[in-house]
Amino acid sequence: MATQIRNPQSAIRNPVVAPRRIALMGNPNAGKTTLFNALTGMRQKVGNYPGVTVEKKEGRLRLAGEVDASLLDLPGTYSLSPKSPDEEIARDVLLGLREDTPPPDAVLVVVDASNLERNLYLTTQVLELGIPTVVALNMTDVARANGKTVDVENLSRALGVPVVETVAVRGAGLDELRAALSGSLAPARPPALRLPENVEAARSAIAEALEPSPDEAEHEEAAVSGVATLSAATPGAATSGARGVALRLLCGGAPDEALRRVFGPLVAEALEAARADGLTPIALAATEAQARYAMLGPVMARVVAPVAAPSAKPDATGTSQSKPARTFSDRADAILTHKAWGLAIFALITLLVFKAIFSWASVPMALIEGAQTWLGDQVMARMADGPLRDLLVQGVIAGVGAVLIFLPQILVLFFFIGLLEDSGYMARAAFLMDRMMGKVGLHGRAFIPLMSSFACSIPGIMATRTISSRRDRMTTILIAPLMSCSARLPVYWLMILTFIPNQRLWGVSLGERFFIGLSLHEVVVFSMYVLGVVAAMGMAWLFKKTLFKGPPPPLMLELPPYKVPAWRNVLVTMWERASQFLKRAGTIILAISIVLWFLLSYPKVDAASLKGPDISPAAGIRPGPGHAPPIAEEPSNEEAAEEAASSDAASAREEALAAAQMRDSFGGRIGRVIEPLIAPLGFNWKIGIGLIGAMSAREVFVSTMGNVYAVGDADETSSPLKTAMQRDRWPDGRPVWTPLVAVSLLVYFVLAMQCISTLAVVKRETNSWKWPLFMQVYMTALAWLAAFAVYQGGRLLGWG
Amino acid sequence: MQTTLDTLKPGDEATVIELRGEPETTGRLMEMGLVAGTPVTLLKFAPLGDPLEITARGYHLSLRRQEAAGILVELRTTD
Repeated sequence: MATQIRNPQSAIRNPVVAPRRIALMGNPNAGKTTLFNALTGMRQKVGNYPGVTVEKKEGRLRLAGEVDASLLDLPGTYSLSPKSPDEEIARDVLLGLREDTPPPDAVLVVVDASNLERNLYLTTQVLELGIPTVVALNMTDVARANGKTVDVENLSRALGVPVVETVAVRGAGLDELRAALSGSLAPARPPALRLPENVEAARSAIAEALEPSPDEAEHEEAAVSGVATLSAATPGAATSGARGVALRLLCGGAPDEALRRVFGPLVAEALEAARADGLTPIALAATEAQARYAMLGPVMARVVAPVAAPSAKPDATGTSQSKPARTFSDRADAILTHKAWGLAIFALITLLVFKAIFSWASVPMALIEGAQTWLGDQVMARMADGPLRDLLVQGVIAGVGAVLIFLPQILVLFFFIGLLEDSGYMARAAFLMDRMMGKVGLHGRAFIPLMSSFACSIPGIMATRTISSRRDRMTTILIAPLMSCSARLPVYWLMILTFIPNQRLWGVSLGERFFIGLSLHEVVVFSMYVLGVVAAMGMAWLFKKTLFKGPPPPLMLELPPYKVPAWRNVLVTMWERASQFLKRAGTIILAISIVLWFLLSYPKVDAASLKGPDISPAAGIRPGPGHAPPIAEEPSNEEAAEEAASSDAASAREEALAAAQMRDSFGGRIGRVIEPLIAPLGFNWKIGIGLIGAMSAREVFVSTMGNVYAVGDADETSSPLKTAMQRDRWPDGRPVWTPLVAVSLLVYFVLAMQCISTLAVVKRETNSWKWPLFMQVYMTALAWLAAFAVYQGGRLLGWG
Repeated sequence: MQTTLDTLKPGDEATVIELRGEPETTGRLMEMGLVAGTPVTLLKFAPLGDPLEITARGYHLSLRRQEAAGILVELRTTD
């Protein structure tokens, strides 16, 4: 029995001299991340806990005597009675329930001194487990500014553990913390928790099953009642550790399989008996909370002393004179969550972030595109023609470019998210937006990720990690790609400039050149954005009614005090997100880019059959998403496309060959095979090839169309492409492209999932291929149905 | 006077009597400090009318009206 125990008790009997595995715990907003970054520097490893989407962050911590320990950053939590997958991880790691993560041999608990009582709730839960613990009393400066001082020595005595005062942002107290962790650590002696007798009895029964002593095993009945009456005064650290673990098992639904594996069948049976007596986690949560806050009351009275007035309750209204002066946060909030100003400032900040992702990031993106083109040209110039060169230029270099092109947007967005999160504003943004997002069942925190998705859904989806409820987060991820991202714009413009007349709808002309008002083009583009938002909200509502059904998760949003953001935290956030994107999603994007290149380049067409010099189809497709303003690389071809075939110009033959290559490639064949599927939307096989090319990234549609229509490299403003498209005919002589088809295609592009990079990121964020696959299917179905309705409806109304 | 938290006006101070509603939610609210006997102050409502902001045990917490409606409080009249 005893050998089966692989839980913290092992640490109780032998106080560790130099802990090697330290777990970092704390409430959200207690400064845990700042402390982690300050203690480990950039020596961090980020991964996932197997089987769940919870992030696992580990760093190296240098202790005294050149000893390195590993510091595991456990998810922030308010309690060890878990309510979410993150919190379950924290509890499971501490109890040794996870096979992939051995239990720590010491714990470092970060405590927010300005919010001591609620922080001590979690702290005492940890201390009761009997694991050697050090408490970092953080933010004592904030507490003092709020008019409260914390007596460190008294707190240390009350909790029975070393307490070190830190100001993590300024790096104060770190050496003392290292020293405290380097010494020999005895198990904590937390104050006694007085629970109702029936709970106490159940807890003792489980504790004994956890750690049976020979005597107790013989007189089990007697021991149970004996311990129950002596509940609060049970001597011996080992027993109290087991009792702490027993309470955690009672209060949280740990999986039975893990319980039996780690603690043995006796514990599982004792737990089942308690459940049968009505001691369910739900029933016990309230009991424990009452008992624990009752226990903490006297502790608080002993360790917290008011600096100013006896009542230390902040009061934002400032009406009562006996209250301490309003804190900086209260004054800031009076403006930042003000009925009018608050919303105006929020709108400004949102616009700034959007503007930054949309335009500022386009500068480095153009550089990346330029570098990609340059590198491709270098290889083209230096290598002999052949499949290897094509693979290198159009597959590998273009594929790497397709990955790197997202980095600027990711870095820019996470720079702002880091700032907003670390300053405390993000919680206010959720506070302001919750009503609006709540209408479709989403959390206020979904606003920033969705707004970011207008630039690019990849950083947007990566930003959903701030949403703690899984149902809310999954819904947000699934609808994020419906927001019109910047990659759709080239397609929108191609359709609009080519097929939609630029009528002025409303406004005033100032002379010939200036016009203030609305044109049909602008209205159409705007409608596409609105369509995306409406579809996203509709789908969110639908998902919350079906897939992610259940009562809306409560808001329960802590509004932490504002603070100056720590640059290190912002930089670490940016670095982590960028490197994760490159490592996890980048590899998938690269691989699929190469596959798509292959599909559109093979099998090779025989150039001789096209009567002309042997010219390689260099144009190919370039699966490099060019969100940046497209860079004109080709000398523009002034000849009309239908003349190209008869022209003597080498470039025309090259383009004709490229078109033939595209038509006969695997992708082209697929395009023709799927024509019956897309014909009801008004699309022919050429558009089908464009849709296949757009799978790598939406704007590739434009360059693929350029190749299909044999006009060479094209962007949305190239006139040969427009002419060629306008002259394309169905076999029966009807024009392929009409304004109605253009609108149908626009609607399709608004709603369809055509971005392998997004799918790769969804796979990474949800840890399964199930969700990217589902996303692909539902969005394609939605896009097809909508485009079908538009095209067929339009034809019925005689617009076709 | 007994009432629910969502009916308070900004600036009103009250004492928690009892939490009702979804056990998951009330359990967490109690763990976050809203147990019987805890003094709370309603600070404000969000510009769009929901959620609301309270302070209890020295920190600020935002709840939706729906959750606040499950929190029974005794209004302490402040002169």
